[in-house]
Amino acid sequence: MTTKLFGEPVRRREDARLITGRGRYVDDIGHTALAAAFVRSPHAHARIVDIDVDAALDVEGLVAIYTYEDLTGPLAEPLPVLIPHPQLHAPRTGYPLASGEVNHVGEPVAMVVATDRYVAEDACDRIVVTYEELPAVVGVDAARAARSAVHEEIPDNVAAVHHQETGDVEAALATAPRTLSFTQYIERSASMPLEGKGVHARWDADDGSLRVHTSTQASTSVRAAIAAKLQLSLDQVEVIAPDVGGGFGVKIVHPWPEELLVPMAAIALGREVKWTEDRREHFIGSAHERQQRQEITVGYDDDGRLVALDVHIWHDNGAYTPYGIIVPIVTATQLVGPYVIPTYRVKVESVYTNTVIVTPYRGAGRPQGCYAMERTMDRIADVLGLDRAEVRARNLIRPDQFPYDHHLTFQDGRPVIYDSGDYPGLLDKLKALVGWEDAEAMRRDAEARGTLLGVGMALYVEGTGPGPYEGGHVQVLGSGKVLVSTGLTSQGQGHETVLAQIVATELGVPIEDIEVTTGDTRRFGYAVGTFASRAAVMSGNAVALAARGVREKALRIAADVLEADPGDLEIDEGLVQVRGTPGAAVPLRTVAVLSNPLRYAFDEAARQATQFATHDDSKPPVAEDDEPGLEFRDYYSPLRSTFASGAHAAVVEIDPATFEIDVVRYAVVHDCGNVVNPMIVEGQVHGGVAQGVGGALYERMAYDADGQLQNASFMDFLMPYASEVPDVDIDHQQTPSPLNPLGIKGAGEAGVIPGTAAIASAIEDATGRRITRMPIAPSELFDLVNDESAERTAASARRAGTGTMPAGTMPAGVRTTGVRTTGVRTTGGGA
Amino acid sequence: MKPAPFRYADPGTLDEALEVLSAEGEGAKVLAGGQSLLPLLSMRLAAPAVLVDINRVPGLDTIEATGDGVRVGALVRHGALLGGGPDADAAARVQPLLARATAHVAHPAIRNRGTTVGSIAHADPSGEMTSVLALTGGSVAVATPSGTSEIPWADFFVGPLETSLPAAAVVTSAFFPALPPRAGTAFAEIARRRGDYAVCGAGVVVTLDDDRRVSAARAAYISVGLVPEVHDLTEAVAGQPADAADWSAAAALARGKVDPDADLHAGAGYRRHLVGVLTGRTLPAAAAEAVSRSAA
Ligand SMILES: Cc1cc2nc3c(=O)[nH]c(=O)nc-3n(C[C@H](O)[C@H](O)[C@H](O)COP(=O)(O)OP(=O)(O)OC[C@H]3O[C@@H](n4cnc5c(N)ncnc54)[C@H](O)[C@@H]3O)c2cc1C
Repeated sequence: MTTKLFGEPVRRREDARLITGRGRYVDDIGHTALAAAFVRSPHAHARIVDIDVDAALDVEGLVAIYTYEDLTGPLAEPLPVLIPHPQLHAPRTGYPLASGEVNHVGEPVAMVVATDRYVAEDACDRIVVTYEELPAVVGVDAARAARSAVHEEIPDNVAAVHHQETGDVEAALATAPRTLSFTQYIERSASMPLEGKGVHARWDADDGSLRVHTSTQASTSVRAAIAAKLQLSLDQVEVIAPDVGGGFGVKIVHPWPEELLVPMAAIALGREVKWTEDRREHFIGSAHERQQRQEITVGYDDDGRLVALDVHIWHDNGAYTPYGIIVPIVTATQLVGPYVIPTYRVKVESVYTNTVIVTPYRGAGRPQGCYAMERTMDRIADVLGLDRAEVRARNLIRPDQFPYDHHLTFQDGRPVIYDSGDYPGLLDKLKALVGWEDAEAMRRDAEARGTLLGVGMALYVEGTGPGPYEGGHVQVLGSGKVLVSTGLTSQGQGHETVLAQIVATELGVPIEDIEVTTGDTRRFGYAVGTFASRAAVMSGNAVALAARGVREKALRIAADVLEADPGDLEIDEGLVQVRGTPGAAVPLRTVAVLSNPLRYAFDEAARQATQFATHDDSKPPVAEDDEPGLEFRDYYSPLRSTFASGAHAAVVEIDPATFEIDVVRYAVVHDCGNVVNPMIVEGQVHGGVAQGVGGALYERMAYDADGQLQNASFMDFLMPYASEVPDVDIDHQQTPSPLNPLGIKGAGEAGVIPGTAAIASAIEDATGRRITRMPIAPSELFDLVNDESAERTAASARRAGTGTMPAGTMPAGVRTTGVRTTGVRTTGGGA
Repeated sequence: MKPAPFRYADPGTLDEALEVLSAEGEGAKVLAGGQSLLPLLSMRLAAPAVLVDINRVPGLDTIEATGDGVRVGALVRHGALLGGGPDADAAARVQPLLARATAHVAHPAIRNRGTTVGSIAHADPSGEMTSVLALTGGSVAVATPSGTSEIPWADFFVGPLETSLPAAAVVTSAFFPALPPRAGTAFAEIARRRGDYAVCGAGVVVTLDDDRRVSAARAAYISVGLVPEVHDLTEAVAGQPADAADWSAAAALARGKVDPDADLHAGAGYRRHLVGVLTGRTLPAAAAEAVSRSAA
C-alpha cells in the first residue's frame, strides 16, 4: 500500500455504505418526528381569494396548519434573490407560503404538520383554497409575445437582459463573405435526483439551539439563511447535509421554502419536524432547466472560418428568479467554446413564465450554449460542403494561444480567460476514438442492414471551479487517525475518496487512517457548496494546503525530537523519518500527541509519547506563535475559474420504419487537467452522458397551455434506463491548470454538456432533415420526415439518395429486411 | 403521495372475500399484485374504503393448460408465464401468444408481483393482456355471492379502466383458448424505453388452410383505441400462399381500421403508421409459425 494515491483509480470509499443500504439520508433521520406536508397551488396563475382550513381541523393527528398569515418578521418577506445582478432589472421571488398570488402549479400555499405524513396529507386534502384564475404564460414564445404577464408590474415578462459584446458585430457581419441565420429551440428537463429534497429540524429549547439536516448542496449557506430568516444567532444553528442522493444542481438553490418552514414549525411546536419531498412535489415544486429559443446569425468566410457571431436568446426562467441570472450568463459566456470568434455579441432576455423556477441543472446553461455553437458549426459545414470536423478544426484556439482571453465576463464576475488546453489534441483523439473517417463505411454498412446511420460531434469548454473560496481542515489525532473536513457538501460524487487521496498523498499517511467529513457546519463553518464542477478544484486544493500545513508542523516537532533538520525529514506510511537514516523515526500519531503539552495519559499513545517529551524551560509550553494540536486549516481562493474541455461524438441508428433512434456508440475525450482519480472521473462522465442522452431523446417537461405539468411522474417523464444509455468510450487528455497547486480542473458536469448538440447532429446526418428542436422523440421525427416543407440538409442532397431518408411515409412492410432485434421487439424468445 | 385512509381485509377463502365485498358495496376494491392499484391510491386518484386482499385465497395461483386452452388463476404473476416451469411450458405450447406478450409487460420486479388477471381486470388499453384476451377470443371466470359465470372478453371491457364486473365480484381466472391447428401468432411492440407501456403494440394470429394458404388473419393492438378490439385483416390476404402473401396490403388495411389517439409520447398519425409497420412485421412471422405448426 502506497500513500501516493493522487492519480490512482482508488475505489470509492463511500460505495460500500451507499450500495448496501447503510447510507444515511435525511429521511433516515428522526423516526419519531412529526411530518409536514404542503397544500400546493393547482393553478399556474391565480389570486388566492380564501383559505378555509375548518374541515381539516378535526383530522385526528393534526398538529398545526400554517398559511402566509402565520409567517412573521423576515419570514413574511419574499425569499432572497441569492445572486443579484445589475442586468437582472426585475427580480421576483416567491414567499415561503404564497401571499395572495400563485405563479406556478406546485407553489406552496399552506403547510400542515401532523403525527405522520398520511395524516398530514389527509388534512391537506380538506383545506379549501378558493382561487381566482389568471391567464397563464407558458413557454418561452408565449412569454416573449407577452399577451399576458406573469407579474402584473412586468408587462413584457422580461426579468433581465444580459448583454455582452467583444466588438462591432454588425459591421463585422456586414463585411463577412458569408452569413447565415437560424432559430432553434431546446426544451426543459430537470436535475431529478433520485432522492428528492428533505428537511429535518430539531429545536433544543434548553440549549436554545437548532439542528437541521437537509438534503442540500450548500449547508453553510442554508445555515446562514435559517439564522437570518428565523432571527437566530448563527451559533444557535447547525446544518448538516447527510448522505445526499443526488443533487445535480437543484439542491444548490437555498433556502427552499421548506428549509425555513420546517425549522420554524420545529421551534414553534417544540417537536422534531420532518418533511420528505415526494416525486410529484419534486416535479412541480423544485426547479427545472434548459428551455431557450436561440436566434443565431453567423458571419464566416469561404474556408469556414468564423468572422462574427451574433446570438439572441430568450431564456425561460420560470415564475421567479431566486438564483439570479446565472444560467443565462453561463449560456452567453460558455457558448463560445473552444473557438476563436473574432467578434461576438450575445443578448439573453430572461423571461418569466407561470412554470416551475429555472435554476442550474448539471451543465447550468452550457448544454444550451454548446447546442447553439456546435449547431452553427454544423450549418457552416453543410453550406460549404466541408467535413464537420474540419470546420471545427479551422476555428479552434491553438495550444500556443493560452492563456486565451475571450474578453467576456463570467458568472463569477471574473474575465473568461482560458487557463490551458489543447483543443486540436481533443479533436484528433475523438476522431480516432469514434472512427470519424470511417463514417461513410459505417453508413453503408447500416444501410445494408436496413437502418439509417448518422454521426455527430460536439466540443465544449467548461468554466469549472469558480471561487470565491473553499476551506479544508486536517487534524492528526494521537490514535493516528487523520480527520479531514471541508464545508463543501457531497451529493454522492466521491468526495470522501478524492479528498482522502489528496491528503494521503500530501501527508504521507495510509488512506485507511483518513476520515473525511463534508458539509457539516459543526465541523467547518465557511463554505460555498458543491456545484459548477468545483469540489475537486476548490476543496481539493484547500485540503491539500491544509495537509501541507499539518506536514510542516509535524516535521518541525519531529525535527525537535529526532534532533534533525526538518528539511531532512519525510513522512511515509504515517512515519516521520530522517531521509536515508533507518531507525531515526517517530510515528506521526506520536507527533500528534507531542503537539499538545497537556498529555493526560488516557491511552497508550499518550503514554508512549512521553519517551519523546522534550523540555525547554526557556519557552512557555505553547510557544507564542504556536498552538496546541497537530491540525491546520487553510483556504483556497482562485484568481479565476479553470477551464476544462472535451469533445463528444455520437453514432445513431434510426429505424426508417419506426423512427426509433438508437445511440449505438458514444465517444468522449475529456480534459480536466490533472486527474485525482480516473475511475471517479469516468463515472462522472458516464452519468453525465446518461443525462445528455436523456435530454436529447427522452426527457422534457410537458406543460399544457394552462401550465399543468402533464408528465409529473417517472411513468411519463422518461429518464433513460440503463437500457437506453449507450456504452461510453472514453479517452483522457491532461493539460494541467496553471492556476492551482494541484493543477486540476473540474469534471462533474462535463459529461452532459455536448449530448444534445452531438445527437442532434447525428440525427440530422442520418435523416438529412434539419434538426432545430431538441429533444426529439420518434413520433416527432416521423412528423418531420413526412413534412414536405421540412428543410433538407445540403449534405443530404449531395449524398444523392444514399443513406438519406426519402420523402413521405414509407409504406409499411416495405423495409422489413434486416429488422433489428433491439428496440423493436418482435416475437417471443428474446425476453 | 400517501393513500387516503382505507380499511384492509385479507380473507382466507373466496366466500369470505365475496362476503366482505358485498357488505362494502362500491367502496371495496380487490387487491391482487397492487402494481396498478397502489400507485392510484398513493396519488389519491382512487380512495376505496376497503381493500380486499385476495392473496391468501387458496386455489387461485394455478396455470392449467389443456387441449382447449390455458386457464390462468387470479394470483398467477406475470413472471410465472414466462417459462421455467412445466405449467408455463405447457401454456406456451397451447397458446404461445400468452408468454410472447407477457414478455413485454413492464420490468422483472413488476412482473414478479403483478398478475395477468389483475391486468385484465384493470382494463388499461395500454396493457398487453387485455388485447391478448381479445385476440385469442378468451373470457374471464367471475365469482359473485350469487354464483359463478364466464364472461366473454367482448362483454367484459367497457371503456378505459372500465369493465362490466359487478362491485361484489372476484375474477377467479382468465381463459385463453388454444391456438388452433395450422395457426401461428406473433407479437411486437414499440416502447419509448425498454419495459415501458407500449407506444404501439400488435398481436396477430394467422390461420392457414390445408394448402398453406391464408384462411384468416386477425390482429389486436396495444395503446390504440379505448378498449381492446380484434381487427379482421383476412380480406387483404385471403387465399394467398403463407410464404408470399401481400402482407403490406394487410398492413394498409389495418392502418385504415384503427383510430388511435395522441398522447404525450406519440401523435395519432405516428401510432397509425406504427400499426401498419408492426402489422407488416408480425403477420409474416405468424404465418411462418403457422407453416411450421402445420408441418408438425
Ligand atoms: C412501472 C410499471 C410499469 C408497468 N408496465 C406495464 C406494461 O408495460 N404493460 C402492462 O400490461 N402492465 C404494466 N404495468 C401494470 C402491471 O402489469 C400490473 O401488474 C397490472 O396492470 C395489474 O395487476 P395487479 O395484480 O398488480 O393488480 P392490482 O394493482 O392489484 O389491481 C388492479 C385493478 O384490478 C382489480 N383487480 C385485480 N385483480 C382482480 C381480481 N382477481 N378480480 C377483480 N378485480 C381485480 C383491482 O381491484 C384494481 O382495480 C406496469 C406497472 C408499473 C408499476
